[in-house]
Amino acid sequence: MAKQIIPKKHPMPHQDPKVRAKNFDEVALGYTEELALAEAERCLKCKNPMCMKGCPVSVDIPEFIAHVKERKYEEAAKVIKRTNALPAVCGRVCPQENQCEKFCIVGKKNEPVAIGRLERFVGDYMVNKEAEIEKAEATGYKVAIVGSGPAGLACAADLARLGHSVTMFEALHTPGGVLMYGIPEFRLPKAIVQKEIQNLKKMGVEIETNAIVGQIASLDELLQEEGFDAVFLGTGAGTPYFMNLPGENYNGVYSANEFLTRSNLMKAYCFPQCDTPIKVGKKVAVLGGGNVAMDAARTALRLGAEDVYIVYRRSRAELPARLEEVEHAEEEGVQFLFLTNPTKYVGSEEGWLTGLQCIKMELGEPDASGRRKPVPIDGSEFVLPVDVAIVAIGQGPNPLLTKTTPDLETNKRGNITADETGKTSKEGVYAGGDVVTGAATVIKAMGAGRVAATSIHEYLMGKGPKKN
Amino acid sequence: MYQIISKKALAPAIYEYEILAPKVAKKAKAGQFIIVKVDEQGERIPLTIADFNRETGTVTIVFAEAGYSTKKLGQLNAGDAVQDFVGPLGVPSHVDKLGTVIMVAGGVGVAPVYPIAREMKIAGSHVVGIMGARNKDLIFWEDRMKEACDELFVTTDDGSYVRQGFVTDVLREYIEKEGNPAMVMAIGPLPMMRAVANMTKEYGIKTMVSLNSIMVDGTGMCGACRVTIGGETKFVCVDGPEFDGHLVDFEEQLMRSRQYKSEEQQAMQQSSCGCGGGGKCHG
Ligand SMILES: Cc1cc2nc3c(=O)[nH]c(=O)nc-3n(C[C@H](O)[C@H](O)[C@H](O)COP(=O)(O)OP(=O)(O)OC[C@H]3O[C@@H](n4cnc5c(N)ncnc54)[C@H](O)[C@@H]3O)c2cc1C
Ligand SMILES: Cc1cc2nc3c(=O)[nH]c(=O)nc-3n(C[C@H](O)[C@H](O)[C@H](O)COP(=O)(O)OP(=O)(O)OC[C@H]3O[C@@H](n4cnc5c(N)ncnc54)[C@H](O)[C@@H]3O)c2cc1C
Ligand code: SF4
Ligand code: FES
Repeated sequence: MAKQIIPKKHPMPHQDPKVRAKNFDEVALGYTEELALAEAERCLKCKNPMCMKGCPVSVDIPEFIAHVKERKYEEAAKVIKRTNALPAVCGRVCPQENQCEKFCIVGKKNEPVAIGRLERFVGDYMVNKEAEIEKAEATGYKVAIVGSGPAGLACAADLARLGHSVTMFEALHTPGGVLMYGIPEFRLPKAIVQKEIQNLKKMGVEIETNAIVGQIASLDELLQEEGFDAVFLGTGAGTPYFMNLPGENYNGVYSANEFLTRSNLMKAYCFPQCDTPIKVGKKVAVLGGGNVAMDAARTALRLGAEDVYIVYRRSRAELPARLEEVEHAEEEGVQFLFLTNPTKYVGSEEGWLTGLQCIKMELGEPDASGRRKPVPIDGSEFVLPVDVAIVAIGQGPNPLLTKTTPDLETNKRGNITADETGKTSKEGVYAGGDVVTGAATVIKAMGAGRVAATSIHEYLMGKGPKKN
Repeated sequence: MYQIISKKALAPAIYEYEILAPKVAKKAKAGQFIIVKVDEQGERIPLTIADFNRETGTVTIVFAEAGYSTKKLGQLNAGDAVQDFVGPLGVPSHVDKLGTVIMVAGGVGVAPVYPIAREMKIAGSHVVGIMGARNKDLIFWEDRMKEACDELFVTTDDGSYVRQGFVTDVLREYIEKEGNPAMVMAIGPLPMMRAVANMTKEYGIKTMVSLNSIMVDGTGMCGACRVTIGGETKFVCVDGPEFDGHLVDFEEQLMRSRQYKSEEQQAMQQSSCGCGGGGKCHG
């Protein structure tokens, strides 16, 4: 007899939008045990689980959910951790609606199983448990990891577990990459990221902050002088793109990276107690429609802006941001100007931004991406009065390392070329994450870090036992 | 943590620190800079590498107390430590045997000019130094500059030391007398660099300036340091800090340097961090 399925996901408890729009505490509060158990009941434990096909690292979803049903949360965590080192992070930031949940069988007729929320539940359960560390015997090989974002973290964890000695180099003063400087506290509490980093340290991974590879040592120096046997590059896509519109350098025009870094990493939200200032503005325009744009808009609101607009040239259906974040932004009062394209910044004589000139768009023929191409409507220009504008149209690879490593192959966008195993054009050098793919997702970066760890391990083992 | 090995007051509100940072010292080159963050709540402050010693592993910085953060840095003493010290950042100066090069330093600009002048001389250029300050009290490192340059001129705005006049006055006299040098390099406050660049343009002399834009990360990640060079946007931290002075949009840089004027005043009114971590400063 077919089981009666509750048609909808169990709702996630949330902070009240009116309250949370004024604080940086986490928006989604997480499932309670009762909710998690009830939601786990919705999973059919399919013989041919489609959900796993949608997961970039093939987490064994039905098995972990089965453990949740039995209240064996540590077992559930073990299952997830076989392929995903950071469930508490991924449960919060993965675009589940386009991945696992999109393919979930339950989702064919009803709402899919809330896989992400269950993953987060399991991850959070484990965050405060002492992780037991299983480590192989030391191999004597030394690996350098450049960049401490999700790609670097995942790679380091696997290599350390395999017995290699791992040193991670991070340019900024805090490890974590975008998880620390980009994604805001209200979406991903920084304590969770730091907890994972502590776990890595417990495994013996050395982390050197304030260390920019390319400046403090070149890649060749790491390999030839500092005794590293292999290197993984997970330097991310940190260079902000601008639209090259007139007036882009007026005071008040920020890249999303700058705005978010000032707020997240430098804690400008507690200025002047913390020393880094930020211009919030009364009326703020955010250019773009991805996660970065949503984060910038919601941060501006929390810092005290009165009106925050997302200016996006396509329609709501095409917004690339996670659905949940779009809904949260709407609930909090972010205003969306769809089919609107910025054309120029307007400023005062003293150089301060006063407005954003835009043109209305309509959807025309499908373009190369298959989406209908927005075309400007003649004569529809208008000026949106704003005193801060935040450009969130994407990021490219950081050039610091590639500039000083001429024999490392890159493509014309500056991304490092690596094959499906993470191998680059340079012997012993592997790469993965946003620096290879261009700006993508946390889980894809982690997946790439793990794949590279496997090939680095094979490469080192192929050399036989370490000779001193 | 990075320890302050020695502290010297060079002039009112201008300090020289030697900081223990062996990895930075090992790689530092003339023309590069570092970013220092005093403590957990601190701002990331860019400062030029004024000198370095690979043997002792120290890096020398010289800074003027400009606002809240540099004042806070100035309150430290030898034996204290700063939390973060990252570098070397930026592209090193192009140093070569170039014939005559004139190195113009305004105010604290002496500090960044000094190592470049020294390297230029070692490379075989004829190095002419011109250093200027508002008054006698603000002159420092004259001895170092004498050593680093083949000829050195000093000037003060008010005439309280050596001669009265601006660096541009001395520069013009020198050029009128000796003809065009191979290159002029000017480092100091933006209006001074603009004045030098405007002047050398008349003579068609290649001129480099070192821009001190507002920065956050210093690694090309935030875009705070952007500047228009010949109509193109560049990032001072990774493309610079040195640029062709004739191509720099100085008006825009001046305007951008005033971005946090009002916030700065707010910060100056508070004496210390009162949030005790409750503001998540320590989170
Ligand atoms: C605001 C924002 C929101 C996002 N939201 C989501 C989301 O909700 N869900 C999702 O899945 N993805 C999201 N993403 C994308 C996701 O964060 C990235 O795809 C992911 O972080 C990439 O990981 P990475 O390890 O490749 O690089 P990064 O996280 O960028 O880390 C790279 C690290 O390398 C360091 N580095 C760079 N060069 C050097 C060098 N030469 N030496 C030493 N260190 C160096 C950098 O300082 C940085 O810490 C978001 C991104 C942003 C910016
Ligand atoms: C590559 C580089 C090298 C530098 N080298 C030196 C050096 O060797 N010695 C030295 O004394 N200073 C140097 N500076 C300038 C120094 O970074 C600033 O004076 C300092 O950041 C001001 O910090 P503050 O918090 O004390 O003042 P702020 O609180 O930042 O404000 C003081 C005033 O200065 C403006 N301001 C803020 N940041 C800067 C900036 N980076 N440059 C100019 N004005 C700014 C503000 O608008 C404000 O009006 C350098 C800057 C750069 C980018
Ligand atoms: S497809 Fe859906 S119902 Fe089936 S195992 Fe996966 S999560 Fe459970
Ligand atoms: S300081 Fe952030 S890009 Fe230059």
